[in-house]
Amino acid sequence: MRRRPNYLAGAGSLVWLFLVGLPLYVMLAATLRTRQDYAQNGPVSVPDTFTLDNYTGAFDSGFGRYFLNTLVVTACVIGIVLLLVPPLAYAIVRSRARTTSAIFRLFLLGLAIPAQAVIVPMFYLISEAGLYDNLLGVILPTAAFCLPMSALILSGAMRDISPELYEAMAMDGATPRRMFFQLVLPLSRGGLSTIVVFSALQAWNGFLFPLVLTQSDSTKVVTLGLYDFQTEHGIDIPGLLGAVVLSMVPILLVYLFARRALVQGLMGVGGK
Amino acid sequence: MTTKITSAPPAAGPRKGSRRRPAASPSVSKVGRPGFAWALPAAVFFALFAIVPLVMVAVLSFMSWNGLGSPQWVGTDNWSRLMDDPVMLKSVWLTLLLTVLGVVVQTPLSIMLGVWAAGHQRNRAVLSVIYFIPLLLSATAVSVLWRALLDPNFGIPADAGWLFGDGNLFGEQATAIGVLAFVSTWQFTPFHTLIYQGAARSIPQVLYQAAEIDGAGRYRQFFHITLPQLRNSMITSMILMIVGGLTTFETVLILTQGGPGTDTTISAYYMYDKAFKGFDFGAGSAIALALVVAATIISLVVVKVSGYDKMRSSMEGVS
Repeated sequence: MRRRPNYLAGAGSLVWLFLVGLPLYVMLAATLRTRQDYAQNGPVSVPDTFTLDNYTGAFDSGFGRYFLNTLVVTACVIGIVLLLVPPLAYAIVRSRARTTSAIFRLFLLGLAIPAQAVIVPMFYLISEAGLYDNLLGVILPTAAFCLPMSALILSGAMRDISPELYEAMAMDGATPRRMFFQLVLPLSRGGLSTIVVFSALQAWNGFLFPLVLTQSDSTKVVTLGLYDFQTEHGIDIPGLLGAVVLSMVPILLVYLFARRALVQGLMGVGGK
Repeated sequence: MTTKITSAPPAAGPRKGSRRRPAASPSVSKVGRPGFAWALPAAVFFALFAIVPLVMVAVLSFMSWNGLGSPQWVGTDNWSRLMDDPVMLKSVWLTLLLTVLGVVVQTPLSIMLGVWAAGHQRNRAVLSVIYFIPLLLSATAVSVLWRALLDPNFGIPADAGWLFGDGNLFGEQATAIGVLAFVSTWQFTPFHTLIYQGAARSIPQVLYQAAEIDGAGRYRQFFHITLPQLRNSMITSMILMIVGGLTTFETVLILTQGGPGTDTTISAYYMYDKAFKGFDFGAGSAIALALVVAATIISLVVVKVSGYDKMRSSMEGVS
């Protein structure tokens, strides 16, 4: 339908564009100029120096290590989610046992539990288990908190597989296991990539668990590195923003290559 | 994890018995059904790291523990101390204030942006990429970014003093709360915009065509068709905003540290402060439990009052 443009809405969206665009411009400009340039000419000016020192500086102050730690946490969380969620979603969709629906309700309840709510007992449990200041102590709770949403997303995807396919396989005498590997997994690829992206985002951006469950430099993750950099070198704004931009790079890469999975992962099921 | 992205989903559980399709034959229906054992590993893992701690937080709220040694039972001591704690009462009001501010500011904004983004404009693809960048940043990165941008000495206020008074936005309660509300809006509006964009796209065009024929103008169409059709999305989005508001933490920790004084100490931050700075884990647990209960009750009330659980068709009136 062609209609005349909605000027009011267009103007409003331009204001929003300014509010979003300006900080992003300042951030990028600040990271590509020297500290002196930034301090003298102010954040909104056009840079008259060009340098990559702010990025290399971030690596010098330990960010290489933090990236590695975050990568380990993210990879392990994805691994745990991929190991646990597909069988769970399969059971939710196909099982007729009463226990399964009870388990599903447990996970629905889990959607409403914020991480803040359990952080004190988590600290107690992880300390008692001897996992304090150990990346495993961050990985386990982070993965657990990805499960409810992942189960919901994936069971939604598996529900779209037509019952006739199951019946045809059942006629051939296929076991549940064979159906799972030959039918369900190949047909729920979209859902699987969504839960991978969702869990990766949660792990990559996670802050509260690392903040409370780790303390030394050798177990620091990127978000925690940003926070500490802020408290220690708060006046080195170009250096700090360089680290912020670096922390975004992997997500931007996913955005470029798997935009749809990323948006779905970000939304969970909120958009449905 | 930030309680960023969870939602009140349409229950997608196992089908209810009444809706079961009759099986082709008894022998076939039994074949090839996975047992509950398939769900067990995930359930055990989740129970261990989410359900057990949730039960423990309730128990710990009646105990005294300083992070070392073993917790001691103290009955309702933590609760009565918090009841008499002026900072606690203040934190509840601040939490409510920030949550309400968030809903009131972000809802109209994200509806307008979402409806606009669902239409057809030139350059929309480019614009929406820029719009959604805040979504890609972690809450930590967003807070660090704004802390740097709003720095009294080196940030934007230092450049544009005429706009920001003395430039120190973190020095007074009103401006500090303003900053927190603004930063959450900046961070989360794109997410809610996506929700509304998806919903606005799925509104049947035929409704607008009919209204067009009846001579309804653009604004009448917006208020009589678009808004009512977005009802379910509004409920989902508002629940997310409320739960997100109750559990805001990173922004306060990084931007204001609860200050000046305790003027921006919201409950979630106070919990962290009590437990991990003051080593009063009992009081911290009590605040955490109160937060969970509040979030759950509010979500349930919103769902019940709105009739969302009945999943009324959004196609009402189309017949």
